[in-house]
Amino acid sequence: MTHADEVHWQGDLDELRGLVSERAFTGETMVLNMGPQHPSTHGVLRLALELDGETVVNCVPDIGYLHTGIEKNMEAKKYDQALVMTDRIDYLNPMGNELVYCLAIEKLAELDVPLRAQYVRVIVAELTRINSHLVWLGTHALDIGAMSVFLYCFREREKLLDIFEMISGQRMMASYIRPGGLWRDVTPDFEPAVRDFLDYFPRRIDDYEKLLTDNPLWLDRTQGVGFLSAQDAITLGCTGPTLRASGVSWDIRKAIPYSSYDHFEFDIPVGQHGDVYDRYLCRIEEMRQSLRIVRQALDNLPDGPFRSNNRKYVPPPRSELGHSMEAVIHHFKLWTEGFRPPKGEVYVRVESPRGELGCFLVSDGSPKPWRVHLRTPSFIHLSALPHMSNGYLIADLVGIIGSIDIVLGDCDR
Amino acid sequence: MLDPVESLQATFPDAVLDVLHFRGETTVIVKAEQIVNICRHCRDTLGFNFLSDVAGVDYYPQEPRFGLAYHLYSMIDNQSLRLKIYLPGENPVAPSITSVYPAANWQEREYYDLLGITFTDHPDLRRILMPDDWQGHPLRKDYPLGYETVQFTFNFDEINKHKPYARE
Repeated sequence: MTHADEVHWQGDLDELRGLVSERAFTGETMVLNMGPQHPSTHGVLRLALELDGETVVNCVPDIGYLHTGIEKNMEAKKYDQALVMTDRIDYLNPMGNELVYCLAIEKLAELDVPLRAQYVRVIVAELTRINSHLVWLGTHALDIGAMSVFLYCFREREKLLDIFEMISGQRMMASYIRPGGLWRDVTPDFEPAVRDFLDYFPRRIDDYEKLLTDNPLWLDRTQGVGFLSAQDAITLGCTGPTLRASGVSWDIRKAIPYSSYDHFEFDIPVGQHGDVYDRYLCRIEEMRQSLRIVRQALDNLPDGPFRSNNRKYVPPPRSELGHSMEAVIHHFKLWTEGFRPPKGEVYVRVESPRGELGCFLVSDGSPKPWRVHLRTPSFIHLSALPHMSNGYLIADLVGIIGSIDIVLGDCDR
Repeated sequence: MLDPVESLQATFPDAVLDVLHFRGETTVIVKAEQIVNICRHCRDTLGFNFLSDVAGVDYYPQEPRFGLAYHLYSMIDNQSLRLKIYLPGENPVAPSITSVYPAANWQEREYYDLLGITFTDHPDLRRILMPDDWQGHPLRKDYPLGYETVQFTFNFDEINKHKPYARE
C-alpha cells in the first residue's frame, strides 16, 4: 500500500493491548480499522484487524453502534405495546421476532392459539425466512463481487413485502402476530398471492444457482474459506445455517417444534465442510424447504377462529361491542390497563433465519414485563467471527462476515 | 440418561439451593461460587453440550438483587435446563463460565456493561454495547429511561441550551 500512513491505525494502540499480539506494538504487524461505516460490514460494525501482510492475525469486533436499548424500553411498556419494538430488533425477520415474543407470553399465560392462527404464523414465518435469505444472498454476493444477483433478489423480495402489506398493512414492521393469535384474519387475496409466489419462486432460485453455484469465481472466493468445525460451532454457540453447514443437523423446528411445525414435512439441509460455500448452499436449500412448508400449510389451512377466545388477553370482536356490556368492559380494560400474566419466568426458542432466537420473559404479575431478554443469533455469531477469520486474507473476511448473515440491529438490540 | 436434577443434587448437595418447575421448564437455583463446577458437570457428565443463553435480571428492590439465568441445552438428549444464581446488590461478582462454555464470553460482557456485574477470570472484560466512558449501567432498574423534551416555537431556545449536542 503506497499511502500506508493514511490507513494505519490512528487511535491509541493501548486500547487493544491483550487483544492483538505483541508484534503489533513493535510495528511488525499492522493494525487496521475496518468500519463502522464500511459497505461490507452489513451495518455499523467496526473491526480492528491485526494484519501480517494481507493475512488476518487477529480480528477484534467492536459493536454497540446500533444499541437502542430496546430491552430496557420494553420494560417500560405494556405487553402489547412492547410487541411493536420486537419488529425493530431484527428488521429482516420481523415476523419471527413477534412470534418468539408472543410464544413466550402464551407459554407464561397458558394461552391457547387456534390451529388456523398457528398455520398462518408458520406461513408468514417461512415467507419471512425467504425474505431474509434473499437480502442475505443479494448482499453477500454483492460483497464478493457478483453484482446482478443483488438486483434479482430484491425484485423477488418486493413480492413478499407486498404480501405482508396485504395482510398487515405494513411492508416490514408488521406487528401482525399478536398474543393469542393474529391481528386479523388473512385477506381473501392472500392465498392466491402466496400460491403465485410458490409457483414463480422455485425457478428464480434455480436462476440464482445458475449465476453462483458453479461459477468458478464464486467457488474460488468461497470454498475452503472461513472454516468452522462442528465441535467449535457448538462450543461457540453457533446455530442455524452456520451450525448446519458444519455438519450438525440441529434445527429447532424439528428438535423442539413450536407453532405446529411438527405437522409439516421438510428436510434440514446440512453441509459438510463448514466453509462459506456450504453456508451458502444450506441457505439456498432452506429457501426451497420453506416453500415446501408454506405449500403444505396453505393446502391444509384449517377454518376457524384466528385468535384465542380468552377475553382477559385478547380483545373481543368488534361486532360484539354493540350489544354486549361484558365485551365493552373487556375491551376497555385491555386497551387501558393491559393484561396481567401470572408471575414467573419462561424461555422460548424459535428458529430464526439466522439461528436460535430465544426470548427470556420475566413477569412480576403486572401489565408490564419485568424483563424481556432476547437471545439474538447475530450477537453470538459475531463473537465467533474471530475464530472463523483468523488466518485468512482480508478479502476473505468480507465473505466470512456475509456468510454468518449478521444483522447489526439484531446484534446490538 | 441421568436425571439432571437428581445428579446435580447428589454431586453438589450443598450448592443446589432450590429446584423449580414452571410451565414444563426446570430451574435449578445454585450457589454462585459453585457455578463453574456445576456447568462443567452439566457439560461433561450430563451431556448439556450447548449454552443457549445467559440472561441477567435486576430484581430491585429485592435482595439478593441480581439474577443470572444460564439456559443449557443438550443436543444429545434434546432437553433443556436452566441454572440460576443470585447475586447481592452491593458489589455483584460472579465467576465466569467462559472456561466451560466459550459462548458465554460476550454475554457476560453484556451484563458487565448493562447490569454492572463483575465476572472473575473472564478473558476480556470490557464494556460491549455502551461506549467505554459511559457512566452507570442502563439495564438496572434504578437507572431512569432518558427522554428528550419536545421543542416548540415558544421554548425552542430554552431547550436548545440544554440539548446534548456532540462535543466539538
